[in-house]
Amino acid sequence: MSWLDAGGSHAAAEAAEKGDDDGTVHGGPGGPGDGRRGQVKPPRVGTARSSGRSRTGGKYWTPRARREALVFLALALPNIVLIAFFTYRPLFANMYYSTLDWTLGAAQATAIGWGNYVEFFTSSDASTVLGITAVFTLATVGGAMLLGLLVGIALNAKVKGQGFARSAIFAPYVLSGVGVGLVWLFIFDPVYGVLSWILRGFGASSPQWINDPKLALLMVIIVYVWKNLGYCAVIYLAGLQSMPKDLMEAASLDGAGSFRRFISITLPLLSPTTFFILITSLLSSLQAFDIIRIMTRTGNGTNTLIFESYLQAFSTYNRAGYSAAISVVLFVLLLLLTGLQLRFVERKVHYA
Amino acid sequence: MSTATAQIIPPQRKRPLSWKNIGQTILGGYVPLVAATLVVLLPLAWMIISSLKAPGEIVTTELTILPQHPTMQNYVDAATSVPFARFFLNSVIVTSIASVIKCFLAIVTAYALVFVRFPFKRAIFLLILVALMVPPQVSVLPNYILIAGLGGLNTYWGIILPGLGTAFGTFLLRQHFMTLPVSILESAEIDGANHWRRLWQIVFPISVPTIATVALVTIVTEWNDYIWPLIVVDNPNMMTLPVGLTLLSNSDSGSQAWGILMAGAVIVIVPILIIFAALQRYIVAGLTQGSVTG
Repeated sequence: MSWLDAGGSHAAAEAAEKGDDDGTVHGGPGGPGDGRRGQVKPPRVGTARSSGRSRTGGKYWTPRARREALVFLALALPNIVLIAFFTYRPLFANMYYSTLDWTLGAAQATAIGWGNYVEFFTSSDASTVLGITAVFTLATVGGAMLLGLLVGIALNAKVKGQGFARSAIFAPYVLSGVGVGLVWLFIFDPVYGVLSWILRGFGASSPQWINDPKLALLMVIIVYVWKNLGYCAVIYLAGLQSMPKDLMEAASLDGAGSFRRFISITLPLLSPTTFFILITSLLSSLQAFDIIRIMTRTGNGTNTLIFESYLQAFSTYNRAGYSAAISVVLFVLLLLLTGLQLRFVERKVHYA
Repeated sequence: MSTATAQIIPPQRKRPLSWKNIGQTILGGYVPLVAATLVVLLPLAWMIISSLKAPGEIVTTELTILPQHPTMQNYVDAATSVPFARFFLNSVIVTSIASVIKCFLAIVTAYALVFVRFPFKRAIFLLILVALMVPPQVSVLPNYILIAGLGGLNTYWGIILPGLGTAFGTFLLRQHFMTLPVSILESAEIDGANHWRRLWQIVFPISVPTIATVALVTIVTEWNDYIWPLIVVDNPNMMTLPVGLTLLSNSDSGSQAWGILMAGAVIVIVPILIIFAALQRYIVAGLTQGSVTG
């Protein structure tokens, strides 16, 4: 609720949220062009709502209200139906499929209750997949946030070309993960890649990035951080720019050095920004797919939850039920994080 | 105490052009900035340069930075080994149809949520808000089963339909519409304009920047979309660029084909790079919404 208030002067529009009748943002109570101009004032929420309540009691539909409702349905229903059908239905369908022993494409399925979950959590899959997911998520989020903060600070310096640098650094975030993955796969190529050439210059030989599971995971982490660090940097930059200048000046007058100012003032003041980036980055890292898929086709030490779920259903085994169970595990994780984020949004929303 | 410090500080700040200050600007401002920019730009430059090299210059351990004889041969080879023009066309078709429909749905839904009376608006808005948080990745399997059952594999509508419902655009536009001055719409209503006309003749024209944001973010997302088209299409003639690139990287024997793969990467990356360079203000605003941008 409170985040509705955050925008400021939305009194009338807010009433549209609360009231079920006259609070909506529209003209006077009369029909179009009925000449009652005298009544058209900025709607006063209290009276408009109370009169609406008393008149209709929430039961009766005046012809006008019915017409409005039809207009609403005509405008909003297609989108709502699409969202319900392709976003909400799959959530429940996944839960149902996850209780089946079902080969994708087969006509027959056996209900096995918690079987898929039991199998996932008791086999070595759980520790492997959850471990890889944890390493990938924490490394990419931590790496992108730390580097993003440093780059954000660098961008905050008032120097020529700052605008160009900001755009350039943000650019990878909007590029196709498949394209980006291929470019980096070439760079990492142990024989023909730039990296192996540089390493040879130092007398070292290139490691087998793709064949070694640990290195493959490191490789996709590096690329993912490269692609997402601009997002963190630009949001940190916005946070830094909205920082009150007088606090800094007061601190430097009191003799605090720049490092001390950073630790005791900048970082604490950035904590809402940090929290926002942390949650959004965790959510997107847990869903990272395209870079991992294109760089390690069948998964070799890079089987995160989302990738394993894909591989189980669509790559090798066609195990729809098992894949759905992994998706549900992933969804529960995301739900927990989203809950955290919603609490944050409720506390503090800034309209873009 | 504070007066004493105030007397000490000014002399240090008096000489903006001292060597110390210049040094600090270079070290504190330029060096990290240039380094970060290079880290981002060099791989992309390498992609473009490599796509113009002849195979002999790529499949070699003797690295040459610039192509000795720039050639478009990789692009030609890419187009002959897989239907690359077709991938591009499919991407353009899917992106434009999906983006137009999604933007339209976002605009009318957001308008209805803000300006039209309806009993359960708050509940409906919450439903859309929560949908914003549901990742499309976890819905892939059930949607695949549904679309496959309807015969939508390897069709444009099969690629487009499941992604059409738009929570992101609806949310962003609703937040914007709430800030519009109510008085303009009131006078329009009194002049006899119905909702449809109020939407397209008043709300739409004054919301163009926000709608541009929604449109651009939608275009970028659709163009780059991967997991769903990858699953729903296996006929090369229906593949979008990212899926086609996957096919290309699978089909050619790895290391020999780097030039061709870089040509493919250029085709999928450069259009978005150009759009981003021209209109980045809107895209950044849309993608960082909800943060402390203000």
